[in-house]
Amino acid sequence: MEQRRKERIDRGIKVRTDGLYALMSWRELGYLTLPRLVLIVGMLILPFVMPSMYWQRVISIVCIYALLAVSFDLLAHFVGLVSLGGALFIGVGGYISAIMNTSFGFPPLLAIPIATIAGAGICTLLLFPCLPLRGVYFAIVSLMYPLAMARVIEALDILGGTDGIMGIDSFPNRWIEQYFVILMVLLFLFGVRRLVNLDLGLVLRAVKDNDQAVRASGMNITFYKAVAVFFSSAMGCLGGACLVHIYMWSGISLFALDFSILPIAATVIGGAGTIVGPVLGCLILVPVSELLRDFGTLRIVFYSLILVAFIVFRSEGIMVYGQRKYHQIERWVKV
Amino acid sequence: MDILIYGTINSIALALMALGFALVYGISRVPNFAHGALYVITGFIAWSLLRTLGLNYFFSIVLAIIAIGVVGALMYQFVLIRVRGMAISEIIASYAIGLAILEGLRWGGFKGSTYTLPVFIEGSMTIGDIPVDFHRILVVGIGAAVVISLWLFTHYTRIGLALRGMAQDERAALMLGIDSDVMAVVAMASGAMLAGLAGIVLLPLGNIVVEKGYDVLIQAIAVCIVGGLGSWMGAVLAAFLIGFAQILTVVYLGTHFQMVVSLLAIILTLIFRPSGLFGRQKELEERV
Repeated sequence: MEQRRKERIDRGIKVRTDGLYALMSWRELGYLTLPRLVLIVGMLILPFVMPSMYWQRVISIVCIYALLAVSFDLLAHFVGLVSLGGALFIGVGGYISAIMNTSFGFPPLLAIPIATIAGAGICTLLLFPCLPLRGVYFAIVSLMYPLAMARVIEALDILGGTDGIMGIDSFPNRWIEQYFVILMVLLFLFGVRRLVNLDLGLVLRAVKDNDQAVRASGMNITFYKAVAVFFSSAMGCLGGACLVHIYMWSGISLFALDFSILPIAATVIGGAGTIVGPVLGCLILVPVSELLRDFGTLRIVFYSLILVAFIVFRSEGIMVYGQRKYHQIERWVKV
Repeated sequence: MDILIYGTINSIALALMALGFALVYGISRVPNFAHGALYVITGFIAWSLLRTLGLNYFFSIVLAIIAIGVVGALMYQFVLIRVRGMAISEIIASYAIGLAILEGLRWGGFKGSTYTLPVFIEGSMTIGDIPVDFHRILVVGIGAAVVISLWLFTHYTRIGLALRGMAQDERAALMLGIDSDVMAVVAMASGAMLAGLAGIVLLPLGNIVVEKGYDVLIQAIAVCIVGGLGSWMGAVLAAFLIGFAQILTVVYLGTHFQMVVSLLAIILTLIFRPSGLFGRQKELEERV
């Protein structure tokens, strides 16, 4: 019997456009920029095509989850630290921004950057003890913090206790709100893509693959891990800070499980390690989850099952699949 | 005196919670983040067998523990085995399974104070002048029995020895004819059964609520880290350390701080002695 196998060859245009100086024609430029333009323009016109206020609000929520998902992807697939507690970043950023706004009277657009930087510092400090270690410690500790934080706030009745902090200023108007978060997502998305290709990103990937080799090169692993945690918690805190100004309320539900599990599911579905995949995953998952709002906690069951199915059977995700189709020709050849 | 008695009871309870996690991690290096979910769901299975099917209490307990063992084995055989060795996927998959179970139960309406398992023996007695109910004394007895029988099992039976062999060096165990996949399934099933047993023994002390799943997971992990991940006897000793620390904080500071004790214990252990108090075995592997 004739045996055949599937052969994958890079398209000629892909090979030519790999080098920076090979951009000779509009066609090649178009090939490179088209996917990026589709994403950027698509994100920018989203607020206009949404039918109602409610769905415009959903877009903002999608962006916040997208920030978290990109931060998860950066940590998990470029540094090898699995964070099971995205809610920690959201909570810390949200509470700091809320306090800045209500106690010190800073306007949202000033409170958010402060919350981003300060929150990232606090999160890095909180997670620092497990950075010198390999293995599951980071996952365990990051899983515990959001649960413990919610418990502590509830028990000590600090920061508004179970009622939360109310009376937080919203953004000046809803267009600023939406374009602020959308621009932030695009900024961090392309920023992180640059970051992982810089020397710093190279070191981070080396830490994931072979930390002993990095150490043998005389670099301090703990420091580099801390830098990565700082960047990714900054993204999470930014998301949290935007969230409290969108809802004008900050409470212990900022430490809820949705913020931990949905970004992970989005990353796995969208394509782990591609940075842009998680954003796509959020664009799919968050609206679906809004449609399923009536089912309450069943949504978490739904994400979890999707997550397990994808991680076991289709671990490459949408983005990797799409890239393959875009860049390569597939054909059957005789063995 | 009451600190001594309740500290001992609390410590044994913690040890019961933690043993399943320690066993699975020690043998197959899979952090079972579904541990708390298995603990809670066993309580629910026993409850439904007892109340809706009207079975005998003892019989429904045995059935529930067997069922949870099967669940554990299936979980390993169909999900975890496929991502074995990929640390990120292992963590995410087991965490997602645990979440699915817990939140599914919450959606199914299992919350509030309507779900309680009866205590094994009614009544109480006084030790010194402290009243202690019989069930808590039974917890100490069962806990001690479990620890001792686990020790005997891993030291004197073929399967137990094979499990320990795998924990020490998987490749060498493979060369000596131990099927590591089968053993990992056995380990996962027995870990799930230990979680279930802990649930059955400890849940009659309160209501069966979904939140317990997260609590138990965290307590179990705290005990395992302080004792050294993968070291079973370390886990038992760490359970006493954390158990007494918790009772002391409850007595002197208030009940709210119980959770903080576990978190603080983990953080301090990671800073000062990352391999845990008694985890010498794989010390070099985990420190970078």
